[in-house]
Amino acid sequence: MPIAKVNGVEVEFEPGMTVLQVAERAGQEIPRFCYHERLSIAGNCRMCLVEVKPGPPKPQASCALPAAEGQEIFTDTPMVKKAREGVMEFLLINHPLDCPICDQGGECDLQDQAMGYGRDGSRYAENKRAVEEKNMGPTIKTFMTRCIQCTRCVRFVTEVAGVPDIGMISRGEDAEITTYLEKAVDSELSGNVNDLCPVGALTHRPWQYHYRPWELKKTETIDVMDALGSNIRADAKGAEVMRILPRVNEGINEEWLSDISRYAVDGLQRQRLDKPYVRENGKLRAASWDEALGIVAAKLNAAAADRIGVIAGDLQDAESMKAALDLFRALGSANTDCRQDGSALGYGPREGWLFNSGLAGVENADAVLIVGANPRTEAPLLNTRLRKAWLAGKTEIGLIGEQADLTYDYSWLGAGSKTLAKLPKAAMDFLTKAERPAIIVGAGAVSGSDGAAVLNALGALAKKVGVVADGWNGFNVLHSAASRVAGLDMGFVPGEGGKTAAEMAAKGALDVLFLLGADEIDLSKSGAFRVYLGSHGDRGAHGADVILPGAAYTEKSGLYVNTEGRVQMAERVVFPKGQAKEDWAVLRALSAMVGHTLPYDTLDALRSKLMADHPTFGRIDYLPAPASFDVGSLGRKGDLGDASFVSSVRNPYLNNPITRASVTMAELSALRIAPVAMAAE
Amino acid sequence: MVGILEDKDRIFTNLYGFHDWTLEGAKSRGAWNATRDMLDLGRDWIIANVKNSGLRGRGGAGFGTGLKWSFMPKEVKDRPHYLVVNADESEPGTCKDREIMRHDPQLLIEGCLIASFAMQAHACYIYLRGEYVLERERMEAAVKQAYEAKLIGKNNVHGWDFDVYIHHGAGAYICGEETALLESLEGKKGQPRLKPPFPAGAGLYGCPTTVNNVESIAVVGTILRRGAEWFAGFGRPNNTGTKIMSISGHVNRPCNVEEAMSIPLRQLLEDHCGGVRGGWDNLKAIIPGGSSVPLITREMSETALMDFDSLREMRSGLGTAAVIVMDQSTDLVRAIARISYFYKHESCGQCTPCREGTGWMWRVLERMAVGEADPSEIDLLLEVSTQIEGHTICALGDAAAWPVQGLIRHFRHEIEERISSYRSRRANFAGHAIAAE
Repeated sequence: MPIAKVNGVEVEFEPGMTVLQVAERAGQEIPRFCYHERLSIAGNCRMCLVEVKPGPPKPQASCALPAAEGQEIFTDTPMVKKAREGVMEFLLINHPLDCPICDQGGECDLQDQAMGYGRDGSRYAENKRAVEEKNMGPTIKTFMTRCIQCTRCVRFVTEVAGVPDIGMISRGEDAEITTYLEKAVDSELSGNVNDLCPVGALTHRPWQYHYRPWELKKTETIDVMDALGSNIRADAKGAEVMRILPRVNEGINEEWLSDISRYAVDGLQRQRLDKPYVRENGKLRAASWDEALGIVAAKLNAAAADRIGVIAGDLQDAESMKAALDLFRALGSANTDCRQDGSALGYGPREGWLFNSGLAGVENADAVLIVGANPRTEAPLLNTRLRKAWLAGKTEIGLIGEQADLTYDYSWLGAGSKTLAKLPKAAMDFLTKAERPAIIVGAGAVSGSDGAAVLNALGALAKKVGVVADGWNGFNVLHSAASRVAGLDMGFVPGEGGKTAAEMAAKGALDVLFLLGADEIDLSKSGAFRVYLGSHGDRGAHGADVILPGAAYTEKSGLYVNTEGRVQMAERVVFPKGQAKEDWAVLRALSAMVGHTLPYDTLDALRSKLMADHPTFGRIDYLPAPASFDVGSLGRKGDLGDASFVSSVRNPYLNNPITRASVTMAELSALRIAPVAMAAE
Repeated sequence: MVGILEDKDRIFTNLYGFHDWTLEGAKSRGAWNATRDMLDLGRDWIIANVKNSGLRGRGGAGFGTGLKWSFMPKEVKDRPHYLVVNADESEPGTCKDREIMRHDPQLLIEGCLIASFAMQAHACYIYLRGEYVLERERMEAAVKQAYEAKLIGKNNVHGWDFDVYIHHGAGAYICGEETALLESLEGKKGQPRLKPPFPAGAGLYGCPTTVNNVESIAVVGTILRRGAEWFAGFGRPNNTGTKIMSISGHVNRPCNVEEAMSIPLRQLLEDHCGGVRGGWDNLKAIIPGGSSVPLITREMSETALMDFDSLREMRSGLGTAAVIVMDQSTDLVRAIARISYFYKHESCGQCTPCREGTGWMWRVLERMAVGEADPSEIDLLLEVSTQIEGHTICALGDAAAWPVQGLIRHFRHEIEERISSYRSRRANFAGHAIAAE
């Protein structure tokens, strides 16, 4: 490896690195505003100036300068210091210096670096420039006078989000960052520009003026709004989660986060269940825990074992599902299901329901066939990876299912199972000639009455084109529910002779139906006595006879398994609301009342039991190694029917109880999914 | 004799448009003569001769043209090569390329063919300044004539398939910066690119590209016809050849004239322009190379030679050899304030020092022109200009800083006098009021 000297200290670097990266490697922090390692290099803030020998006798922008063998880099000479102070002064002359009322205050790059390179007073005697605020939609609050034209936001939306909505107009000191004619930024990743903005020009509109960053208690946890398990940091003030920011996880979300994961946080304050309720004469009334649980226990004990059942919801942690599963098995019931969407997944080897290539690994695929999924709505951060691979020109993408703007080009092969039954030659060719083909199986494709047959056909196709090979497994199931893989891993599917979720919801199927946070299933026909354990007064709670208040994902520690099969632990950020309890504890209390006490008194004991029964849960934070399996044996051979594949997520902004309670999500849904008619129309 | 250069040695024999500009007329003056033979001698011969002639880029920076050509990849690989001619002549005071395109367009087209052949480019783009509407029409007509005569185009008489495209800019000074020009040519916003990579490695559409000034290209045909030694025989070593000089301002007859390099500035003004208005002693200052170079005083003008080295020694520059003469009636502070406004207006806004600094300098200068400033602000202004200079992506930052530095270097006393006279006219100005409180 070539060697350069940084302030006289030799440091090895990889060819192709920039001077800035080499200096960082030598432990020298270089101030910067425009440079961001995941965006293209703009080199326009001029803050990262260093002195380089050999080179012209003037400071060089280190972010854009390729490092060379034998180069001498100086980051602390008087020339460098003077140059950076000069740039800092220029940045500040037209900056409003309104830090006390700026949301970025306390976590602002400009503020921090002004401490290092700023003057104590201003020499600028002229009037400062003022720039009109822009409307960039419900997620982005603009205060463009603060803008330092680093163009990070422009580069993010153009390169990563693939929606060139933000740009710079005019020139010189009149240059402004704006959207075209005040158009809202139409990207499911728009919130990231607020993170990227090094000053307070773009801040999070939903949280505007809600907190100061130093007031917040920060907890690192896991997101549940989609099945990717993005790593997040939830910041709470008192008992309220104020904001959610991404954490870096190269394997999952890099350092981005979708708007849903980020801004649904206000849904945690609304529609909450904070005490138990029982239905009396058709009306709900508040009750004590003992009373509510007593009623549930009596109902469960009174009913025959095959007339009771449990359905687990999309946001459940593994522990509560394990407790519910153990309880209902102890009661002798086989009616357990975690698949509200009627998916055919969950049988056979574990690889049959995982995103086997891994989210990062899918970038290595040279041909990707998407079946019955819209990655942009179901898993926005998977979509950015597909776009990244497509931009690099390495990957060809095909789609069977609904056509949508995915931010990259793909060849549309057909609408549904008919296409799959008789794949066009072009589609076969593009998969067979690929070295590492991948198939992304959307949850929408394998649910419904033909799901098993479709899964079987997909398995057969995968086998035929070599999707599963030595060291490569491109059979990728994209779930849309955060709890799903954990449920399938622990066998939360109907036991011997048991009923599926849809069968349980049918008229007269059950006497007692226990809903463990299940809100996405139509229960209008069911005549069963319904118990709802969950966090929000949403669809599941509406017709329930007993409501048991549970904890939302920020209020309990729990294991989640993402669509790759990666087990991650979410942490408690705040306590559950009111009298609500953690879900597993409610089930444990109920088990004692029905006379089948579950063998764990603490969450740790429950976890140990879970890991003992299903060892995969013990591998926390690990991505399963790509394993070969008989992909052809999945599902059940049968008639594919002629249905069109539809994405399992119809409206990503209203896809679970938390988002449905969120005002921001309602705004985004109205704006992006069902645009409001213009006044003139 | 008037000047140094004899009529027989002029390259642009129709500089004033007295003769026929068309292909026929140009041919009668020697254009397109023996072009085929020159190409037959090979590209190495062409590049060697251009190098030997000592031709330095005529766009302002003065980089060796032959050397620049030799930076292009020796062989065409997967990406085509391009020649781009920079006809975005926007530097205040400069009007030499305009005359070439109006009156001697065939010399430019011939030069394009030779240069493209030397760099193995089959396509050449001529990027015209937005305001040059008549010049564009003239160039388009000239290109059409050349196509019709099969001098250029597919299967032309020279045996080198070659197309010329005229591209009309939208009138932004920054698009004269070579990489901003390429951006603009690609249809993007004209903002300079980061270098490296240099255009010879990745230029237009990411392909190897050379960007040359109109004059640099237009002289090539004649240099090759008459020999590198002939061209190198004018001027001083390292500053050879002939050059069109545009003289404007307070002279009796402002003009464009082709002269030998290294002609004494005073001789240039007196021989060709009828001298400074009101006599040499009435001279106050001269900007010798277009608005971006620092001005020089009358004393310096006595000895200055019109070449790169002499003017650089005086901490100014030859630039485009656009001489702006200012006599004693000139309000220099206001003049530089106006130039400063130009650079503030034309800054692209991409990088910080230029975006913020040009406006700052202009505002301070505007106040100084009135006198409404503090003497300490002169040093502030000088420091701001050094904070811009050398810290930007392209040279516009330097171009904005140099005139201001030149003013303070040579005419600091004028600013000080302006300020003190402003104060003496007022019993009570801001400074006094504060002191009294």
